[in-house]
Amino acid sequence: MDVQYVAPKTLDEAIRAFAAAAGSGRILAGGTDLLVQMRNGIVSPGTIVDIKKIGELTSIEETKDGGFRIGAAVSGMVLREHPRLSKVWPGVVEAANLIGSTQVQGRATPGGNLCNGSPAGDSVPAMVAAAATVTIQGPNGRREMAVEKVPKGPGRLNLEPGEIVVSFNLPPRAKGSSDAYLRMIPRTEMDIAVVGCGVSLTMDKGTCTAARVGLGAVAPTVLLVEEAAKALIGSKLDEAALAKAAAACSAACRPIDDKRGTIAYRTKVAGVLLKRTALIAAERAGGK
Amino acid sequence: MSTTGSTKTPETANDNKWIGKRTIRPDGADKVTGRAAYAADTTMPGMIWGKVLRSPHPHARIKSIDTSKAEAYPGVKAVMTAKDIVNFPIDKSVMLGIQDMRWMCRNVMAREKALFAGHPVAAVAATTEKIAAEACKLIEVEYEVLPFVIDVEEAMKPDAPILHDFIKYKDKPSNIAGTLEHKLGDVGEGFAKADVVIERSFRTQPVHQGYIEPHACLVSVSDGKATIWSSSQGQFMVRAMCAYLTGLPQNDIRAIPAEIGGGFGGKTIIYLEPLALILAKKSGRPVKMTMTRGEVFHASGPTSGSYSTVKLGATKDGKLVAAQGTFCLQAGALPGSPIRGAAGCAFAPYDIPNVHSFGYDVVSNRSKVAAYRAPGAPIGAYGVECVMDEMAEALKMDPLEFRLKNAAKQGTKAAHGPVYPRIGFVETIEEAKKHAHYTTPLPKAKNGKLYGRGVASGFWFNAGGESSAQVNVNEDGTVVVITGHPDIGGSRASTANITAEILGIDYKKVSVLIGDTSVIGFSNLTGGSRVTYASAMVVTQSTEKVITQLRERAAKIWKIDPDAVVWENGEARPAGDNAGKFEPLSLGQIAAQASATGGPIGAGQQLNTTGAEGGFATHVCDVEVDPDLGIVRVLRYTAFQDVGRAIHPSYVEGQIQGGAAQGIGWALSEEYIYNKDGKLDNPSFLDYRMPVSSDLPMLDSVILEIPNPKHPQGVRGVGEVPLVPPLAAISNAVYNALGRRFYSLPMSPPKILATMDMAAD
Repeated sequence: MDVQYVAPKTLDEAIRAFAAAAGSGRILAGGTDLLVQMRNGIVSPGTIVDIKKIGELTSIEETKDGGFRIGAAVSGMVLREHPRLSKVWPGVVEAANLIGSTQVQGRATPGGNLCNGSPAGDSVPAMVAAAATVTIQGPNGRREMAVEKVPKGPGRLNLEPGEIVVSFNLPPRAKGSSDAYLRMIPRTEMDIAVVGCGVSLTMDKGTCTAARVGLGAVAPTVLLVEEAAKALIGSKLDEAALAKAAAACSAACRPIDDKRGTIAYRTKVAGVLLKRTALIAAERAGGK
Repeated sequence: MSTTGSTKTPETANDNKWIGKRTIRPDGADKVTGRAAYAADTTMPGMIWGKVLRSPHPHARIKSIDTSKAEAYPGVKAVMTAKDIVNFPIDKSVMLGIQDMRWMCRNVMAREKALFAGHPVAAVAATTEKIAAEACKLIEVEYEVLPFVIDVEEAMKPDAPILHDFIKYKDKPSNIAGTLEHKLGDVGEGFAKADVVIERSFRTQPVHQGYIEPHACLVSVSDGKATIWSSSQGQFMVRAMCAYLTGLPQNDIRAIPAEIGGGFGGKTIIYLEPLALILAKKSGRPVKMTMTRGEVFHASGPTSGSYSTVKLGATKDGKLVAAQGTFCLQAGALPGSPIRGAAGCAFAPYDIPNVHSFGYDVVSNRSKVAAYRAPGAPIGAYGVECVMDEMAEALKMDPLEFRLKNAAKQGTKAAHGPVYPRIGFVETIEEAKKHAHYTTPLPKAKNGKLYGRGVASGFWFNAGGESSAQVNVNEDGTVVVITGHPDIGGSRASTANITAEILGIDYKKVSVLIGDTSVIGFSNLTGGSRVTYASAMVVTQSTEKVITQLRERAAKIWKIDPDAVVWENGEARPAGDNAGKFEPLSLGQIAAQASATGGPIGAGQQLNTTGAEGGFATHVCDVEVDPDLGIVRVLRYTAFQDVGRAIHPSYVEGQIQGGAAQGIGWALSEEYIYNKDGKLDNPSFLDYRMPVSSDLPMLDSVILEIPNPKHPQGVRGVGEVPLVPPLAAISNAVYNALGRRFYSLPMSPPKILATMDMAAD
């Protein structure tokens, strides 16, 4: 069967083409998942809708209130080169830039990473920790959704037919805030997270006043671990608080045993990474 | 990296112009610019595509195959099954090198049974790859699914599913397809004399060579004669195996070696070539076949997983008195695991009076193993060198000192047979002991990380065997050398160095080509670390014959006796009474007059080379362990190896680094993982975790040159022994860091953490 490829210039056209293709349509952003899946015979789309020609999806904007709007089809490299984003959201940027090799980072996008639906996607726990929302547009209009609500399970999303993720919205930051992302991979690069951990927090005179924790690859979807955040908030990120937060991360894990890691390993490492990630974020936020 | 002064030979100390020099690799520019032609780059007019239908079951009887729908599918030009391949009956062995054609004819296509998930069952050739793949799905195969067994220990159990009714062990149906035993002295008496005895068991998982280029070929059959372009470690092996499997005589098959994108032993065997040949013959069209990475992992030949037990006995003063080893190796679907390498090389570095080494060749439902760099030897050395480390600790001796005290040397009788001539094992240990790597202290712990150092040694047989060469002097005084060996590790550069040195001409005036089966005499596989060794011998003798001719031509020009002419510095000079009477004649001048003085100048030599002699190495490794994540990183690695003579030091270092890198992968991250259905669960480079460059430090090599007395340049094979010590060197380093010994590979993060947690409980 032949594949139809369209590269609309506007979001409305893209949504029409995607909706018209019904179940056989696939969105192409960087293509680093889609093209591999096509080559391996996992998917065979009838229509490919390339969204990289649409301005809103390929731009980064700093909003008046100090937040950021990141187009879903912005590549990891473009994220990294943005003069302000890395300063305000270093964890989000470092997570997106762990995906693949240098060449892949020139293509791979946070929108694609989220919509691939893998619990191991690196940018997702960082976005969850960042309290990012996504703007979604479909045949029935626009809506917003918390990023952690988007995945439904491995490879499955809470999107309606014809809906496209347009952008990520990062909220304005209080003074003394930063974030970080760490993942465990057996190699140093070119690998997939066995556990991923994103932490975003605010420090005030050595005390953590706000925190969010995202955990990847330990459950069918990326988790927002509120218990871990609670353990950090109000503490000076001392060993006891970190241990409590780590235990909360381990308790939240519902991992599988597979070729990439065991249940016991992932459960333990989730806690180890929480401690390390929180300390990096705190350091970036101005220290303990 | 350094070439150590203390062991320099007179030859390397002298003023060699080319041997020992880092000349530019003749094939380098083409390879880095993408111009080099690999098998998959070849196309022909009218070419069609072949695809293989593979068994989804790890073990199943094939009750019937109906290809009619595939044959009728538009675009399909030919379909084949095992019926089209020559059947070699089970009761009579037909050997080609280390491969038995009874097994080869069943490996390239399932005959009575599918023996592993991925085993070829049929093949289709069609006008496009897509049509061929679609047509494969139309082939109806009726399977009787059978119970399967994958793990080597499971396969040896009395109630294990039996793969082959015809294999019997101790008169009972068994998966033990063969055994091999080496004995020296009396181990019972030896252990009785020991003050310390240590016995441990070890497990390793199957690992793949990981060559980047998947198997590929193009075959054209015209007027009953076949031409094969393929990626292999030996065009003559391709020709002979295809002749056996298709019934064509060898003179009707021309095998042309493409550039090869890595082999490491895995391309000493064929998969696609006979299928493409039969499809080409049936369709009358050239047929191209390439494997996907998934097919390479599922259905080519990785090396064995293993279960071994090693027992060593030593006296209080540190002398080994007895050694016993049992090495059970997973052959895959058909017999032929490398037990000779495991059982033969395991104890070979040491002078031990009483040795008993035993190997079991065990079949199981995974793809048939192929050679992998020093086949079997890393498995044998892993157990032995880990117990050596434990023994040194028990005796409170430095591990290198302990090895030095027991090192084999000239005159040592090895359990696998030979009495060693001059070898350089002792030198590898001595150099390691005094090297800055070993003498620099390592912190025990820093920033939450733990550090450890390990050492291990290793031996590989090395091989000689058949090689042919032709050296021709061109009309303009340049030289063409043709050999019969695909160049994997830089052998063209080495051959050019030798030829230029002997002739006394500029390296750039020598071109080295790899001849196909119709232009050069029989040359055995590129394998066994034999190519530079053996081709140097035939190239040296060919070049010496050429020099004799050059002296004769000069004598003719000068009208003097050829014995009165010497060849020096690339020119003929009158000698003896005639010295100084004539102006010397250069190679170019003689070549220009070749027609007038007797015709073209050139000579060849064909030999079954002997005297390869073993290779020895000692490796030192530092690791850093993250004890909370279980991640082991190699921080520093130095390999000490007696190479006899480094004809081209860069490619010697490349071999040493490559072997060490593969060993690091084997020790830490690589493994075949099977799911509960007996199917490979990680058939990709994402989940089959070979180290990437950022995982490795600079791998340093210290080249020691203790010349092989049986070789004109002193060469010993270098390519394989570097993979023998790393598994144990890294294991011993991890022990040194964590204080816990690991007896199974890979030492993956979950395994490290599980063991650490067990220790903590």
